[in-house]
Amino acid sequence: MIVNGYSRRKTRNAVMMGLCWAAAIFGLSWLLLILGALVWNGIAGLNLSVFTEVTPGPNSEGGLKNAIVGSLILTGLGVAIGTPIGMLAGTYMAEYGRHSRITNYIRFVNDILLSAPSIIIGLFIYQVVVVPMSNFSALAGALALAVIVIPVVVRTTEDMLLLVPLPLREAAAALGLPRSHVLLKVSYRAARAGLITGVLLAVARASGETAPLLFTALSSQFFSLDLFKPMASLPVIINNFAGKGYANWQQLAWTGALLITLSVLTLSIAARILSAQRTQK
Amino acid sequence: MDESARAQAVSLMDRRKALNAFRIGDALFHRITWSAAIFVLLLLGAIIGALIWGAAPALSKFGFAFIYSERWSVNNEIFGALSPIYGTLMSSLIAMLIAVPVGIGIAIFLTELCPMGLRRPIGIAIELLAGIPSIIYGIWGFFVLAPFLKEYVMPALDEWLAPVPILNVIFEGPGYAASLLTAGLILAIMVLPFITAISRDVFATVPPVLKEAAFGVGCTKWEVVRNVVIPYTRVGVVGGVMLGLGRALGETMAVTFVIGNSKRISFSLLDPATTISATIANEFQEASGMYTSALLALGLLLFGITFTVLAISRVMLARLDKKAGA
Repeated sequence: MIVNGYSRRKTRNAVMMGLCWAAAIFGLSWLLLILGALVWNGIAGLNLSVFTEVTPGPNSEGGLKNAIVGSLILTGLGVAIGTPIGMLAGTYMAEYGRHSRITNYIRFVNDILLSAPSIIIGLFIYQVVVVPMSNFSALAGALALAVIVIPVVVRTTEDMLLLVPLPLREAAAALGLPRSHVLLKVSYRAARAGLITGVLLAVARASGETAPLLFTALSSQFFSLDLFKPMASLPVIINNFAGKGYANWQQLAWTGALLITLSVLTLSIAARILSAQRTQK
Repeated sequence: MDESARAQAVSLMDRRKALNAFRIGDALFHRITWSAAIFVLLLLGAIIGALIWGAAPALSKFGFAFIYSERWSVNNEIFGALSPIYGTLMSSLIAMLIAVPVGIGIAIFLTELCPMGLRRPIGIAIELLAGIPSIIYGIWGFFVLAPFLKEYVMPALDEWLAPVPILNVIFEGPGYAASLLTAGLILAIMVLPFITAISRDVFATVPPVLKEAAFGVGCTKWEVVRNVVIPYTRVGVVGGVMLGLGRALGETMAVTFVIGNSKRISFSLLDPATTISATIANEFQEASGMYTSALLALGLLLFGITFTVLAISRVMLARLDKKAGA
């Protein structure tokens, strides 16, 4: 009886642990399949004209220049608008309002914003920017991305400033430094790597977002730098090109997808290396 | 008044001025950071407000029929959201049925079974994959997964399950490349990294001494996981699952390509369907008037659903944090 129970437990353990192994292999192989398909199909269309020519019509030659530049502008502007707001808000939560009740509310609201469906952000900016201005514009797209960026930066700023040891601040305050100087000269400096990590993650997040741009920045077949006109971006071009039956569009969609994935992965790895350096120190 | 007294008076003045400047700067900086923090609060309010404002015409016209009516007729300006709601819930349900056991399985693998040297690389790879934009999953699903399912998996499912009651309705063929099943699978693959990463993190909060004690009385690995790790971290795992569910419900780009955008509710998972977010993404640009308002009402509905799910997830994760801190 005892021997029997023992072997049953052993079998059960073996079965369950085998299932965990299987889960790991199953899960990871999907992800490998996706990356493999992406590289395989993306590299086929990767050449110089991708960077030097604008998006073509059906079945003609072209590249992704307008979409790449558009993505850079939209992401850059979105991050430039969102980062200061997010950083200041995170600073308030970690420094001035560390023990106040409002900080808890803000943290909760920020977490909701962080995982809110991004298409909702697009609808919101459509309502408050596109409708009053009565046209789609790159500016609206950048604002939508800023709304995506803010919660990411708030979160990392708060977390990173909370990691700065209290004695550092106390020492600075004991020298007679006013609170704002303690913050700018001591807390920020101590948390610098972490803050940059947060911004990099925000850039990575913003550069891949499609849904918020669909009804804000829209897209454009032309090369445009005008912030008050629609602007192409890589994710939206992928969205527009992939579903149509033209071989050249589908190829460009794959290539665009590879470009986005590579840049997002590079940014996340850079962020990771930065924060690893911080912990080593 | 002699020279040195005057110099002293001047330096006192300067000092007061400097201190004043500090004080003003301090107060100003405090105010600015406070305003930014309040701005974040207002942002959520503004999002909800803008959605309600835009959705009001449709909601006041259709009332509760908006939620339970299936009819979505653009020409007659009659809008009922039952079909997108059904598609959203079903695709997320399929995703969760697959992603939760697999995700937790991978997390157990990573914390208990994986050779030490591989733990960090696999963990990092999973976190990186969580950051890949959803449109990438979308086009992979469209070009690779959907044709594969239609060609090989769906005919087989239809054939094998034909004699089984209930299942033969759920998996009734012939099967379309863009279907509820395809969308659910893509969502599962997409939320898998989230669920894995969070489960792994919460499993790591179990104090080693608890596990060691269980091993010490002769428990097998599975018994330790089943009776120590999972009970200890239950709220956290549920929180992580809810977070993944929130993602799946609101996901747009991964789904839009592969769900087929059909407003007809079918009980077969192999038929096309639609979700709230896919409907908005596909139709918003060409909409106007009441149509736009109906789509905004869909958006409001989606936000309501995800808000509830995410709020529950946060409360549960916070409860685990408290436990780990105590």
